[in-house]
Amino acid sequence: MLDQSQVERLEAEAVNSSKTRQPLYAARKKIFPKRASGRFRQFKWLVMAITLGIYYLTPWLRWGRGPFAPDQAVLIDLANRRFYFFFIEIWPQEFYYVAGLLMMAGVGLFLITSTVGRAWCGYTCPQTVWVDLFLVVERAIEGDRNARMKLEAAPWSARKFFLRLSKHAIWLVIAVATGGAWIFYFADAPKLLGEVVTGTAAPIAYATIAVLTGTTYVFGGLMREQVCTYMCPWPRIQAAMLDENSLTVTYNDWRGEPRSRHAKKASAAGQSVGDCVDCNACVAVCPMGIDIRDGQQLECITCALCIDACDSVMDKLGRERGLISYATLADYNANMALATSGGTGPVDPALVRTPSGGFADGLAHFHLGKIFRLRTYIYLGVWSAIGLVLVYSLLTRERLELNVLHDRNPQFVTLSDGSIRNGYTVKLLNMIPEPRTVEITLHGLDGGEMSIVGIDQPASRSFSIPVEPDRLKTLKVFVRQPADQIRKPAQSFEFRIDDTASSETAEYTATFNAPENSR
Amino acid sequence: MSNEHIDEISGITTTGHEWDGIKELNNPLPRWWVITFYITVAWALAYTIAYPAWPMLSSATRGVLAFSSRNDVKNEMAAADAAKAKYVTAIQSKTVSEIAADDTLREFAVAAGGAAFKVNCVQCHGSGAQGSTGFPNLNDDDWLWGGKAEVIQQTITHGIRFAADPDTRQSEMTAFADVLKPEQIAQVSAYVASLSGPVQDKSLIEPGAKVFADNCAACHGENAKGNRDLGAPNLTDAIWLHGSGEAAIAAQVRAPKNGVMPAWVGRLGETTVKELAVYVHSLGGGE
Repeated sequence: MLDQSQVERLEAEAVNSSKTRQPLYAARKKIFPKRASGRFRQFKWLVMAITLGIYYLTPWLRWGRGPFAPDQAVLIDLANRRFYFFFIEIWPQEFYYVAGLLMMAGVGLFLITSTVGRAWCGYTCPQTVWVDLFLVVERAIEGDRNARMKLEAAPWSARKFFLRLSKHAIWLVIAVATGGAWIFYFADAPKLLGEVVTGTAAPIAYATIAVLTGTTYVFGGLMREQVCTYMCPWPRIQAAMLDENSLTVTYNDWRGEPRSRHAKKASAAGQSVGDCVDCNACVAVCPMGIDIRDGQQLECITCALCIDACDSVMDKLGRERGLISYATLADYNANMALATSGGTGPVDPALVRTPSGGFADGLAHFHLGKIFRLRTYIYLGVWSAIGLVLVYSLLTRERLELNVLHDRNPQFVTLSDGSIRNGYTVKLLNMIPEPRTVEITLHGLDGGEMSIVGIDQPASRSFSIPVEPDRLKTLKVFVRQPADQIRKPAQSFEFRIDDTASSETAEYTATFNAPENSR
Repeated sequence: MSNEHIDEISGITTTGHEWDGIKELNNPLPRWWVITFYITVAWALAYTIAYPAWPMLSSATRGVLAFSSRNDVKNEMAAADAAKAKYVTAIQSKTVSEIAADDTLREFAVAAGGAAFKVNCVQCHGSGAQGSTGFPNLNDDDWLWGGKAEVIQQTITHGIRFAADPDTRQSEMTAFADVLKPEQIAQVSAYVASLSGPVQDKSLIEPGAKVFADNCAACHGENAKGNRDLGAPNLTDAIWLHGSGEAAIAAQVRAPKNGVMPAWVGRLGETTVKELAVYVHSLGGGE
């Protein structure tokens, strides 16, 4: 007979036991945001119209600059290395203006985030705007949340195929238009449109359209919230940017809890009941698919659509709006302390209410003064300082410049009559889109005269040089000084250019070298 | 597993890794992320099939696209040649003066000639064409054989005293150590030096002038201004190929150095020689 008690039981478990096996990856849970309506949705429509309008229409704005420059208001002319922005024209060496603008954008983002939270994410980020646009298409074709969920679950049929096909087709059209609009910033828009349509545009134009069509379609149509959650660094940075006085979309549990789906019954039974009826409207409208009632989360882009959803429910129930609202952490904490008697018990809505149903006096409410605090002032100060420096340098910048490069090899040449000659590469920068004639003259260097390669005139101390509009002119200049006028081996003198028409001048101090043994 | 940790706040299991109290949550990756990762792996493998990659015994696999950076260079060179063709044809059909007078062509020729100069000429004339003792400075306005563009072209084409070229520039200064007495050499050296500067013993000048008229004027001219047909230098200016001063002049009178420059047309071809002539002409001394 077997005595089972004699068999030793081992503490062993298979390493791949199905009980403890963890998935390596998680399938994405599809989100079907419900259409929201309310103040913030209205505001988002407006922002969407403005931002998309700016993006699609800007290249078509015209701005007259005369016959020698393009008339496109905003143009990045890579071939000629010029950037036009309305009345401003930027040469490559002035790129620090763009660097300054980027710094302002960065500090501006800090300023906005520290005051109104992730407003950039929620309203103006291209990802948000285009996802919103793609959702409009999706809703128009497949219906709102419930209809879309039903369609998703339904088996493939001719109708489902047709709906999906039309949705993706329209998405692709939007994506092509988006990629197409981008290239118009880099060339004359009407001309380029003609070329693109007739197939005669440069290959890079089509490649750019293709890439941006792909990213728009994939990010806006297919990936949506995944881009924000997994690809964007900003949700991680926001933690460092927000403080207790920053506005964020907040579920006010101090008046919402304990939530109940059967408020009347519970209240009749003498239980304390909060304002939240657990209708999940806030979850249904969320484009990120999260529950704001779980508190502030990395995924929340603060688009405020849950505020709209909740407000309309509160309206129906006849309660005050703002169960979900923009609130600061400081206010929220103060009100929570009030509602929980300093954190000693669960939330009791009665503590924040007067017997007549209104809010208690001790409640903290947001007021504009909270936006103005030291941190905000510092950001605003830095932001304005950069802006003022940029504006100042833009208003005082030179449009006529002179650069001189002294020949180093040989540094000087002795000529047959004993005089010494030095060579210079002189660059005249005419930075306005009009042709002009400048006078180039020598100042100092007694007895010195110059001759210019390609200009068939006798040596002189002054030459008239025509310069093409918006161009750099390079001159090879030889300067010659008689032997008996040479004072020392290295003499300083000036090249100077004058535009008599505009009375602009520019000067460059150069050196004239002579052999050590010369007088 | 029995030793599973669950993070209290998030309720998610941890990997068991811990750094200074910070634990790693065992969140699964999004599926699309994992798929993207596999796609990059597939892409990398496909890349090694399309392009040269896997090392074999003698060389790496060629790749089905048969890419080679050498071919790329070849194509780029061909494209560059095609782009230059317009200018090269114009240079071939025009004279050097015409090229020098045309802004665009001159710019092209100066760039091309400058490159050729760096390879072929700097060994003697210096990287800035500034020359040195015995090798002429090409920047100045003193020319042994002439400084017009065509003359420079002729010099570069056929060389100077270059025996292998029948059209080379030919001349030779006599070694006067066998012809003149030492005191006559001293006298004529003092005379020549006096033409462009002060000398120590002025009493030598007058007899020196007579020696010069008898022996030197035939080539260097009565006024010592030289003769370009013979490559005889101007002795009255500030530029001295073989050194200035009485001692250097005397040395050249006794045993002259006659510099040699090779003919370049055979090696470089006519187009490059033209470009070189335009380049040298543009250095500042061209006539």
